[in-house]
Amino acid sequence: MSGVRRVDVLVVGAGPGGLAAAARLAAAGAGRVEVLEREQQAGGVPRHCAHGGFGTWTHPLTGPSYARLLAEGAARAGAVVRTGVTALDWAGPLALTTVSPRGPEKIEAAAIVLATGARERPRAARLVPGTRPAGVCTTGELQQAVHLYGQRIGSRAVVVGAEDVSYAATATVRASGARVVAMVTDLPRAQAAPARALDARLRHGVPLLTGTTVTELLGHGRLSGVRVRHRDGRSAVLPCDTVVFTGDFVPDHELARRGGLVCDPGTRGPAVDGALRTSRAGVFAVGSVLHPVGSAATAAREGARAAGAVRQWLAGGDWPGAVPLVVSEPLRWIAPHRVTPADRHGRYVLRSTEPLTRRVLRVTQDGRTLDRVRVRSSLPSALVPYRTTLTLTARWTHRVDAKGGPVRITVD
Amino acid sequence: MTVTAQGPLPERPYDVAIVGAGVVGCAIARALARHPGLRVALVEAQDDVGQGTSKANTAILHTGFDAVPGSLEARLVREGARMLAAYATESGIPVEPVGALLVAWDADQLARLPRLAEKAERNAYRDTRIVGPDELYTREPHLGPGALGALHVPGESIVCPWTTTLAYATQAVRHGVDLHLGCRVTRASRQDGEHLLHTDRGTLRARFLVNAAGLHADTLDRLLGRQDFTVTPRRGQLIVFDKLARPLVRHILLPVPTALGKGVLVAPTVYGNVLLGPTAEDLDDKRATGSTAEGLSALREQGRRILPELLDEEVTAVYAGLRAATGHEDYRIAAHRENSYVTVGGIRSTGLTASLAIAAHVVELLADAGLDPGPARDLEPVRMPNLGEAFPRPHQRADLIAADPEYGTLVCHCERVSRGEIRDALASTIPPRGLDGLRRRTRARAGRCQGFYCGAAVRALFEEATR
Repeated sequence: MSGVRRVDVLVVGAGPGGLAAAARLAAAGAGRVEVLEREQQAGGVPRHCAHGGFGTWTHPLTGPSYARLLAEGAARAGAVVRTGVTALDWAGPLALTTVSPRGPEKIEAAAIVLATGARERPRAARLVPGTRPAGVCTTGELQQAVHLYGQRIGSRAVVVGAEDVSYAATATVRASGARVVAMVTDLPRAQAAPARALDARLRHGVPLLTGTTVTELLGHGRLSGVRVRHRDGRSAVLPCDTVVFTGDFVPDHELARRGGLVCDPGTRGPAVDGALRTSRAGVFAVGSVLHPVGSAATAAREGARAAGAVRQWLAGGDWPGAVPLVVSEPLRWIAPHRVTPADRHGRYVLRSTEPLTRRVLRVTQDGRTLDRVRVRSSLPSALVPYRTTLTLTARWTHRVDAKGGPVRITVD
Repeated sequence: MTVTAQGPLPERPYDVAIVGAGVVGCAIARALARHPGLRVALVEAQDDVGQGTSKANTAILHTGFDAVPGSLEARLVREGARMLAAYATESGIPVEPVGALLVAWDADQLARLPRLAEKAERNAYRDTRIVGPDELYTREPHLGPGALGALHVPGESIVCPWTTTLAYATQAVRHGVDLHLGCRVTRASRQDGEHLLHTDRGTLRARFLVNAAGLHADTLDRLLGRQDFTVTPRRGQLIVFDKLARPLVRHILLPVPTALGKGVLVAPTVYGNVLLGPTAEDLDDKRATGSTAEGLSALREQGRRILPELLDEEVTAVYAGLRAATGHEDYRIAAHRENSYVTVGGIRSTGLTASLAIAAHVVELLADAGLDPGPARDLEPVRMPNLGEAFPRPHQRADLIAADPEYGTLVCHCERVSRGEIRDALASTIPPRGLDGLRRRTRARAGRCQGFYCGAAVRALFEEATR
């Protein structure tokens, strides 16, 4: 390995979060801004989301066009986007070892932005019993197979999950010429916009089995079916040759953990404060690695926000200590995961495990109430999905005692 | 070099046919390959070598400290362990001598440790040592609370079972053994002093026959008119945890065997994962390689006690293997001179460790049964691609990448498998015939994402090479 190369900002991951941060930083004259992307193409997950829902209301885009736009934007702003380069490990507090076809390299930076994204939990991690036949995948693999490589999948697929990503998987199965036998969710109803769920059921005739769990995969060689059990105890086999496990995202946090960054027990990703600062001075994190999984727009917005914080740091800013944010049932996690009194801008994203009947959150620190907030949601409560994402404004943060105990968020 | 997976079989009779290309069958084929005068066929029902018990075990290179003293198994494990350790070094098979700790969780188990140490002595293994709780927790700081002590067996190692089997088979094929895959033996007969093996790819003729059919060894025995033993499949379910769990454990953590069974272990793997298992379920169905909800939940419960933090880590794989139990506490290896036939049955979980010694033993038995092996030669060594994390992987080698940038192009990110390694595997002596075979050879798609990122890309490389 030949010495150490220095850059000003090193961004790991060329998805929406990383590219947006790099574009802003390069445009603002932050010096050499380099983005490392281990895939051969920049753009992250939107590369293989061959459907709409990206861009803005006035300028709607498909995933692949959005990915291209972001990558071009970062390059035009002057950031160096290097594809086919893997960040392997840390070589110091602000240095990474990498490998590419050009060989290994050590790169040191004044600031590092982790934008490593999230992935769906595969079958094994969900501990779904049964044999190990071919024909088992996640949405990520399915979309790449169909949209990037034009590969054939099977002819009859079961889609596990009923969230937005599950409906995207359903569309991809259909685009490949295969049939969706059923969608299966252990929850009592679909976790997507009602119009989308209805469209799949009525226009495309895809049955949705609610309150139903996949209990076993069947078949030697190729999948022959999945055994499902309804919560009333009935059990059945759905014959199929493909099963797609959708959703259940986990952050790709390997680099954060290898670096010993403090991770949040709820999201499992690196814990950051409102300025997206991790536990290590000079290391920031943005996008779905923080809150699996947000939209591309959320990641990009965070990237832009992190750019401001990175510039402050480069200009000699300090790295204030942050107080942990702690949620309790039925809330599952909150992001950002730490707070400083200076975190005035931005908002918090919360995930709950069940629909909130009372939607007022109380923010306290050491027994002192900092705020009571009505959480915002675009849907009436009867339609709020079970594993719902809520947002909370940051209007209470200036009341936080930087030397106090953890700040607790509870459902009032 | 002959590896076939379809089409008719050669008509010319072989001197020896080995049925079953598991770790034992492949080791026997390799041993016979030392004799250039012999025509040897290795016949396998599946589409790859090592597809039965050999691929779904706990991947431990045993010392044989707890074998039944005086048994054939004890001797072959002891000899085989030494032979395999040397062979692994020569062939690039990853081995890590991490040592084992038999952890005592109650007074009864603690009281058993001295007897286990004595048994080890009787098996000529003298390095065991009983350690107290202080040393135990220093050695294993993440061990769950309540352990009272342990028996330290420093010689126990972890090994790549898959590379071992493939190395034997590769070396055998390169030295003239014909490997016939996809060749299930459905009937066997004898005619004019020759065995006729009727398979779904036609009939194969051989003067001598070696039954290394593992789980199906009793079936083949019956086809030949013998009823020496019955193989009962014993299912072992295992959970593999992600590499981020690897720092949690340093040794193979074995349970103290009790009357109730051997219990489950927690062990690192040479790939840098952590293994939890196996269950032990006696079944009738030799195809029941599925995992069950009950099995997995029992494993997690026991794992939580042994290594509580392990359960917070992501699971990368769950698998179930069937071990060949015969109801006898020893191997069932026997020559039947009148039939020119050697049975290699009841090879239990120690078969991987003992494989090279079993092979040497079988060659002797074949000679006893009348086979003249002719002159012997030294085999050209094989050098296997390294899948072990304790040794430099291709992406960590600047020299390799400088010579061929394909080793610096990573395709499978979780396991850091380069396009160069995938290309090499697809062009190897015994190429994979499916994505699972490619995974075993390279670890591509074997990591935490299970193909979320790389599945389609790996498939594209495979399909391009096999089109």
